[in-house]
Amino acid sequence: MKEEVKTQDLAEQENDNSVPARLARGEHVALIEAEHLTKKFGDLVVLDDISEKIEEGEKVAIIGPSGSGKSTFLRCLNVLEDPTSGAVYFEGANLCDLKVDINLHRRRMGMVFQQFNLFNNMNVLKNITLAPVHIGLQDLRKIKRKNFFRKIANLFRKGDKKQPLLPVETTAKQIKESAKENAMRLLNRIGLADKASAYPSTLSGGQRQRIAIVRALAMNPKVMLFDEPTSALDPEMVGEVLALIKELADEGMTMVIVTHEMGFAREVATRVLFMDGGKIQEQGAPEQIFGSPTNDRLKDFLSKVL
Amino acid sequence: MWESFYEQFIVYDGYKLVLQGLMNTMIIALVGLVIGIVIGTIVAVIHVAGTRSRVARVFAYIGDLYTTIFRGTPIVVQLLVFHFVIFPLIRLNIPGVWESVLVFGLNSGAYVAEIMRGGILSVEVGQLEAGRTLGLSFTTTMLKVVFPQAIKNVIPTLGNELIAITKDTSVAGYVGTTDLTVAFRALASNDYQIIIPYLMLALVYLVIVIIFTVIIRIVERRLRKSERRS
Repeated sequence: MKEEVKTQDLAEQENDNSVPARLARGEHVALIEAEHLTKKFGDLVVLDDISEKIEEGEKVAIIGPSGSGKSTFLRCLNVLEDPTSGAVYFEGANLCDLKVDINLHRRRMGMVFQQFNLFNNMNVLKNITLAPVHIGLQDLRKIKRKNFFRKIANLFRKGDKKQPLLPVETTAKQIKESAKENAMRLLNRIGLADKASAYPSTLSGGQRQRIAIVRALAMNPKVMLFDEPTSALDPEMVGEVLALIKELADEGMTMVIVTHEMGFAREVATRVLFMDGGKIQEQGAPEQIFGSPTNDRLKDFLSKVL
Repeated sequence: MWESFYEQFIVYDGYKLVLQGLMNTMIIALVGLVIGIVIGTIVAVIHVAGTRSRVARVFAYIGDLYTTIFRGTPIVVQLLVFHFVIFPLIRLNIPGVWESVLVFGLNSGAYVAEIMRGGILSVEVGQLEAGRTLGLSFTTTMLKVVFPQAIKNVIPTLGNELIAITKDTSVAGYVGTTDLTVAFRALASNDYQIIIPYLMLALVYLVIVIIFTVIIRIVERRLRKSERRS
C-alpha cells in the first residue's frame, strides 16, 4: 500500500529524473546509472558527485592520472567500495540499498582486477567453476526447500487450494558437469585447456589474467568491469590480454575499462571518460578526446602520456 | 634407585597410573586445542567482519573482552576460578578431566583467535574481493577461498600452540585431574626416590613434543606442496 503511494508520487513528478521515478513512469533506464556518486576516505574526496550512464553495448574507457578516482569509480559500480552518498543502479535496481541482494546482481557484473586475484588454493578449472557450481547448487537447494515446505503445507490445504510444486529442472550432477563443460570451452577458446589442472602460482601473468577474464565470463555477465587489467603485466604479455578483451568487445559485450593503454582505449572504446580530481572532466568519442581535447587538464595529461 | 622405580612402576601398578595420566594429558591438550580452534576461529572472523555492521561490532567487542580476560590471567588461576567458583555456580558437575578440557579450550581459544586473525589478514584482500564480485556471499568466500589459504599460513603457529598447551596441561593437577605430572609425582612421593620419576616425566613430555613437531612439519609440507603442482 505504502509502496504504491510512493510510486504514484514519483510518477507525478515529471521533472524528477532519478532512476526510480523514470522506472515508475516506464521510461528507459540505462544498464548502469550512477547518481550523485560521492566517495570520501576520511576527509579526502575521491569521487565528487559523479552522475553517469552506461548503456548496453557501450565500451567505456576511463583514463586519467593516478589518484584521479577512476579505480574507485569502477569499484563503486559493483559496490565493492561503498559510496559515501549517491546511488548506483544496475538494471534499475539500487545496489546501494541494503535490502537489495547484492550477490544476485554481482553475478551479472564480471570484474577483472589489476592483480588477477585468481584463487591461489584452487587449480584453474576449479577457479572457473567454483562460482557457477556453488550458485547453481544453492539455487537448486532453495527450490527443493521451498517444495518441501509446500508439500507439508499442501497436506493441510483442500483440493483446489493446493499449491503446485516448483519445477526442478537440473540435478547437482548436471550443474557440475555443465559448469565444467563451459569452463573447458572457455579455456579452449583462450588456448589454455592444457592448464586446467595447474595452480595459479605456476602460470605467467598473461595466462593468469586471461583465466581471470574467463572466470568472470563463466557467469555470463551482462557487463564486464576491467580495473587496469594490464598494469601488472610484463610488457610482452600485455598484447595477449588486450587481444582477448578486444575480442569480447567485438562480440558486443558491454564493458567499462580503466586503463593506461591509450592506444587500446582509442581503438576499442565507443566512449572515453577523462577523470581528474574525482570528477569526469571531459568525455566523448575517442577521436574527439584524443584528437581535439578541450579541457586543459586533459590536454596536459595527453601531452604527458602520448 | 632403579630398583625402587621398577618396583613402583611395575610391581605396584604405577604404569597404570602413568598411562591414565598420559591419556588425560592428551585428551586435555588435543580436545582443548580443538575447542580453542573453534572458538578462536569464530572470534577471529567476527573481528575481521567487525566493521561491516553495528551488530557485528558489538560481537567484536565481546570477542575482544574474551581475549583480554583469558590472555590476561594465568591458566592456573583460570582453572581454580572455574573449578571453585564458576562451575559450582552454574551447577555443572562433570569429571575433572573435562573441566580441564573446557578451561584449556577457552584459554587457548583466546590465543588461537589472534593467530587466526593474523592468518586471515595474511590472505590478500583481493581474494575476498574476487569471490564477492563473482556473486559469492561473504561466508562462502571465507569458507572456500580465504580459510584454506589462511590455515596454510597459520599451521606453524598453531603447532606452536599445540606444543604450548600440551606442556601447560601439567598444571591440571591443581584441580584434581590425574595428568602425567600428577601420576609421576605419585610415583616419586611413594618412597621419596624422586630423581628418576621426575627425569622420566621430563623425558615423556619431550618425546610427546618431538612427535607433535614431526607431525606438524609433515602436514605443513603436504599443504604447501599442493600449491606448486602444475
